[in-house]
Amino acid sequence: MTVALRPSPSACPACAAAPAAQALGAAEASGPLALSLPTIHCAACIATVERVLNAQAGVREARVNLTLKRVTVAAGPEVTPDALIRVLADAGFEAHELDAGLLGATATDKVGRDLLMRLAVAGFAAMNVMLLSVAVWAGAEGATRDMFHWISAVITLPTIGFAAQPFFVSAWRALRARRLNMDVPISLAIALALATSLWETWLSGHHAYFDAAIALTFFLLAGRYLDHRTRAIARSAAEELAALEVPRATRLRDGEETQVPLGALSVGDIVLVRPGGRMPVDGEILAGNSELDRSLLTGETLPVFAAPGMAVSAGEVNLTGPLQVRASAIGSDSALHRLADLVAVAESGRARYTSLADRAARLYAPGVHILSALAFIGWFAWSGDLRIALNIAAAVLIITCPCALGLAVPAVTTAASGRLFKHGMLIKHETALERLARVDTVVFDKTGTLTEGQPVLSHPDSHSDAVLRLALALAECSAHPLSQALARAARDRGLQPDRVTRLHEVPGFGTEGQFEGHMVRLGRAAWAGAGDQGRETAAWLTLPDGTTHRFAFRDALRPGAEAAVAALQAAGHRVLLMSGDSPGPVAAMAARLGIEDWTAEARPEDKAARIRALKAQGANVLMVGDGLNDTAALAMADVSISPASALDAARVASDIVLLGRDLAPLPLALTTARAATRRIRENFRIATLYNILAVPLAVAGLATPLIAALAMSTSSITVSLNALRLRSP
Amino acid sequence: MNVLIYLIPIALLLGGIGLAGFVFTVRARQYDDPAGNAQRILCDQWDDRPKP
Repeated sequence: MTVALRPSPSACPACAAAPAAQALGAAEASGPLALSLPTIHCAACIATVERVLNAQAGVREARVNLTLKRVTVAAGPEVTPDALIRVLADAGFEAHELDAGLLGATATDKVGRDLLMRLAVAGFAAMNVMLLSVAVWAGAEGATRDMFHWISAVITLPTIGFAAQPFFVSAWRALRARRLNMDVPISLAIALALATSLWETWLSGHHAYFDAAIALTFFLLAGRYLDHRTRAIARSAAEELAALEVPRATRLRDGEETQVPLGALSVGDIVLVRPGGRMPVDGEILAGNSELDRSLLTGETLPVFAAPGMAVSAGEVNLTGPLQVRASAIGSDSALHRLADLVAVAESGRARYTSLADRAARLYAPGVHILSALAFIGWFAWSGDLRIALNIAAAVLIITCPCALGLAVPAVTTAASGRLFKHGMLIKHETALERLARVDTVVFDKTGTLTEGQPVLSHPDSHSDAVLRLALALAECSAHPLSQALARAARDRGLQPDRVTRLHEVPGFGTEGQFEGHMVRLGRAAWAGAGDQGRETAAWLTLPDGTTHRFAFRDALRPGAEAAVAALQAAGHRVLLMSGDSPGPVAAMAARLGIEDWTAEARPEDKAARIRALKAQGANVLMVGDGLNDTAALAMADVSISPASALDAARVASDIVLLGRDLAPLPLALTTARAATRRIRENFRIATLYNILAVPLAVAGLATPLIAALAMSTSSITVSLNALRLRSP
Repeated sequence: MNVLIYLIPIALLLGGIGLAGFVFTVRARQYDDPAGNAQRILCDQWDDRPKP
């Protein structure tokens, strides 16, 4: 973010410097605000957003970034994000505040720019050296050829020193850990090519491989950059999800409410949690009655009654009444984070997977080195000429150099990730697609994954209009999810509420009022006068005649859930349902979706244990889950997916994040992953084929720099084109 | 072929100017928002001078 400094009209530079410094100080004190704008898509949107924001008092500059769907606003301290969000809402744009601190890492994508710079320098040098090489291939001789070689050397040496650093560093790291990766043969080939070419040039020889060395660097950097960009986009979108949850809490001190960032809280502080708000800390309830939704932590859909003295943990959602909570653990000490840490310790599915590229390198690297060494020894023994032997060894290394292999994986993953991103899927991990392709068993969580975590009235037709009219009157004065579901169902039938007087909400219990001289109540079973507490999610209504009526609720299915499960089963995958909820709702859900294998009341460790058992039987497990109780299972599974609405910890533990509400793209992810892996294997085969054709030439000493250049470029281009075939459906 | 003595430095210089230009665009963050830049040229507001 640059700060615009307006030059003052003063003629004396020192006079102008002071206010300029003040402007700078003010800007740094407030810092730029970042808002996420998920709906912008065109030039008119950009223009409107910038015009509307720039018209606000105190806003210095607003700049939209369409790629990231985000606007950055440089403004004075008096401008609050809430005010800007309201202004944008009036203009017709949905906006969310982003935590600027969390975004800091993505805003300056230093690594990406660094790679781009190296790529540019390598490209520049490669083009110049190629031009000189073409002259040599075309038949330049004697002093001219030597001069061209020398100029090539002068261009190539510093360029490689700068541009090929990432390969050298990575190869050195691998060697120090006594491993072999693709960068070892690459670095060795580049180094050997440079050394022999220099020697040849010194002796005014015919063949110099400067062009091959620099073109190799250029192609490989292009692959590296593609790879980085794919992951940078996914990472930035994932970070944006995290940044959307601006961690703030309302602190009560001496009767005064202040909004403070979570980091500013300390143990013993009293925090006010409003209805609908999420617990920011672990603690104990001091005052207020309410109900808590623990579904993100335990998967249970039944709300829990909350009264003073009860312990709460961060992540639970307060439903009805305001609560005052004394903080006992904050941030990384809270139960939520401690559980998340357990996940980090747990043996993770992705750590044990060896990527296709690494497996190829393991086969390939020793083979190439042995071949090159054999060629060297053979030629040295046969001719006794060190120069010829070294030249041949270098030619073998260059011809077999995994240029196409270096492009084979990133080109495919870029194309596949781009395609899945269009369908609202974020591939966070580099080997996620390869692991997804091997999946044969899919495990779903229920609450929040297959369902939206929002209740709907079940069997609305079983309730009479009279009962629903009374219930609607009571339900409409509460923000409780069950009340709202009830009101929605009644309104959908076109009913008008009864006239109920003295309506009020009793937090934690329900709502009550006077109807035709009788007290009527809608709420928890015991409070409404119904004795038995079912394990199902239900609300009870006392009718004027003193009897009670029961409303049962079930979770609304996520759109696309049925289609996704059906498509997965049709594709021959085993589908399981594992939930922390009670058996009733889980069985109903399983029957509805046609899932035969289900588990209810599963604790987090049960879920993880089940997945371990499945894997012990040889299954490759995909876990789809959203809650804290799923995180261990998500980390344990071979590959994991979580919806965007999931808890931060769950999203971190999973490899793929589903951005939309719809589950329908899930089967597409599996088919795309299969296609991508097939393409990667094809690419390896293509690259190997080129090697098989070219290696005999190199070993026989017939390879020239021209043949090396041709083999390298054609194989790289074929591999890239093959990867691009993935983009079309 | 003595003309090469001039031509090669000239070629390198011209290429170098291109490289320097590219480095400048990277430093000036002109690749941070490719989608936005593609759309901004379609903006119907007059922008023949910098915003005041």
